Amino acid sequence: MADEPLVLGIETSCDETGVGIVHGTTLLADAIASSVDTHARFGGVVPEIASRAHLEAMVPTIERALKTAGISAKDLDGIAVTAGPGLAGALLVGVSAAKAYAYALGKPLYGVNHLASHICVDQLEHGRLPEPTMALLVSGGHSSLLLSTDITSDVRPMGATIDDAAGEAFDKIARVLDLGFPGGPVIDRLAKEGDPKAIAFPRGLSGAKDPAYDFSFSGLKTAVARWIEAKRAAGEEVPVRDVAASFQEAVVDVLTRKAVRACKDEGVDHLMIGGGVAANSRLRALAQERCERAGIRLRVPRPGLCTDNGAMVAALGSEMVARGRAASDLELSADSSLPVTDPHVPGAHAHDHDHVHEVSKENLYS
Amino acid sequence: MDTATPAVTVALHDGEAVVASSTRVDARRHGELLLPAVDRVLAEAGLKLDAVTGVVVGVGPGPYTGLRVGLVTAAAFSSALGVPVHGLCTLDGLAYASGIDEPFAVATDARRKEVYWARYDDHRTRTTDAAVDRPADIAESLAGLPVVGAGARLYPEAFPDARDPEHQSAAALAALAAERLAAGDAEGFLDPLPMYLRRPDAQVPKNYKVVTPK
Ligand SMILES: [Zn+2]
Repeated sequence: MADEPLVLGIETSCDETGVGIVHGTTLLADAIASSVDTHARFGGVVPEIASRAHLEAMVPTIERALKTAGISAKDLDGIAVTAGPGLAGALLVGVSAAKAYAYALGKPLYGVNHLASHICVDQLEHGRLPEPTMALLVSGGHSSLLLSTDITSDVRPMGATIDDAAGEAFDKIARVLDLGFPGGPVIDRLAKEGDPKAIAFPRGLSGAKDPAYDFSFSGLKTAVARWIEAKRAAGEEVPVRDVAASFQEAVVDVLTRKAVRACKDEGVDHLMIGGGVAANSRLRALAQERCERAGIRLRVPRPGLCTDNGAMVAALGSEMVARGRAASDLELSADSSLPVTDPHVPGAHAHDHDHVHEVSKENLYS
Repeated sequence: MDTATPAVTVALHDGEAVVASSTRVDARRHGELLLPAVDRVLAEAGLKLDAVTGVVVGVGPGPYTGLRVGLVTAAAFSSALGVPVHGLCTLDGLAYASGIDEPFAVATDARRKEVYWARYDDHRTRTTDAAVDRPADIAESLAGLPVVGAGARLYPEAFPDARDPEHQSAAALAALAAERLAAGDAEGFLDPLPMYLRRPDAQVPKNYKVVTPK
C-alpha cells in the first residue's frame, strides 16, 4: 500500500470539472463542479459555456480535492488529465491546468483517454480489473462496447453507436415529452410506474444480418416521437409513464443483449458497465439478470463514479504509474477525437527515457 | 505570459529588465506551445520556476479558447507555487510596446470581422474600456489617430495609420507590470479573469422538431 502511486486526475471533457485523487486503487478525494444547470435551458451542453465554467472552477476544484484528501501536492507521484475524446475547448482547460501543475511541481504528466478512464474507475469500487474485461460505456456522449486485456495499453473497440449516443436518446425523448434536461433520471423515475411492454418500440440493429455489437438509437427516437405525435394529433392523452417505460426497455434491451453476446463470443466472464446511463436502474437490473443467466460477473460502479469525474482519470493515471508507462510531454495536445485504442498519450521522446523528467531536473524545484 | 491573441508569448523580468523571452505566433496551438515556452525562457535565464515571485497574465480581450490557456496556466502556477497573479489588459501590453506618446488606439483581431480596441493618451495610459466593434463603426471616431496592433493591419481602410507592434509581447507586458509593481500601483492591475466581451453563442431551442411527415 505504501508503495502505491498517489495520483491527481483532472477531467474536463464535457460539462463537469472533476478532480480526483487516488492512492493505488483507493479513492481519497472526488471533487466536482458541474455546469449542467447552466446548460439545462439550452436542452444540451453548450461548448463555450462549458469551457468558461471549467476555467472558473478548475483551480478551486483542484485545491478542494487536495484539501479533502489531506495531502500536499508535493507528495503526488503524477498528474493525470483527460487528453480526449471530448469537447476541444473544454479539454484544453484541463490539459493546460494539468501541465502547469505538473511543471510547477516537477511531477510526471499523463494525458489519458476518457473512455479507458470510465472503465478503470471500477478499480476504486471493486478492486483490480479482471483481464480481460468487457466494458459497456453508455452516456450522453458515448455508447461503446470495448474489450480490454490491459487498461493501460490494450483497449479494443468491439462496437459503438452508428448514430446517437444512448444518453442523447434519453434527452431527446424527454424533450418530446416536455420533461426537461437531462432526460435520463426523469425517464428512469417515470418508467418505474409504467408498463415496459405497453408499446413495442423497435430494437435498432437487431436483425440477423446487422453488425452484432453496434448500436443505433436514431430510428428508435424517431419511432417514439412519431408515436407520441400521433396520439397528440388524435387528441388523445399521451401515457407518459408507459412511453417512458417502453422506450427505456427498448434501449436497455439492446444494450444488455449485445454486451452479453460479446462476452459469450469472446469467452470473457466479466462485464463492466460505466458512463452516465449506467446509473439507470432498469439497465442495472436487466444486465444483472442476463449476466447471471449467462454466468458472467457484472461490475457496475456506484452512480457517482459512472458519470464523468476526476477520480476515474486519477484511477487510470495511477495504473499508468504502477505499470511504468511513459509520461506525456509538455507539448501534450487536447485531442477531441483521441482514438479509444490509445489509453494514453506518451511523449514524443518517450523512448529515450523520460523527457519530462529531463526537463524537470534542469528547471524545476531542486 | 499572454495567450489572448495569436501570439503565445512568455517573458521573465527581474524587476529591472527582461531577462529572457519567447514569442511564437500560431493561433491554433496555444495549448501545445505555452508550457514549452515557459520552460525555454527559464532555461535561458538559468532559473527554476520557484524563483518566480509573481505571475503577470494578459486577460484579453481575446477570442475564447486560446485566452483560457494563459489564464488557467497562471492560476495553476499561482496555486502550486503560492505566488500572486496580476492581470493586465492585453491591449495595454501592445500600447506600452508602441512607446507612442500622443493619443492613439490599439486594435487586435476579434475575428468575425470585428476588432477588440481601446484608446490611449500615451503608451501607459488607457482612456477607454476595451470594446469589440466592426472597424467601419469606429473608423470615424478614431480618424487621424495612429492604431497599433494586428487589427489595424487587417482593416487598412478603417485604420490607415497602422503602427508597430503587430503582435503582443510578454516582454512589454512584464515591463509594464514591473513598473506598476515598483510604483506600488495595486490599482494598475485587473483580476486575472477572462475578458471575453461577447456572450457565448447559444440559443434556447424553441421546441423540438416534429418528425411526423406533413
Ligand atoms: Zn464520459
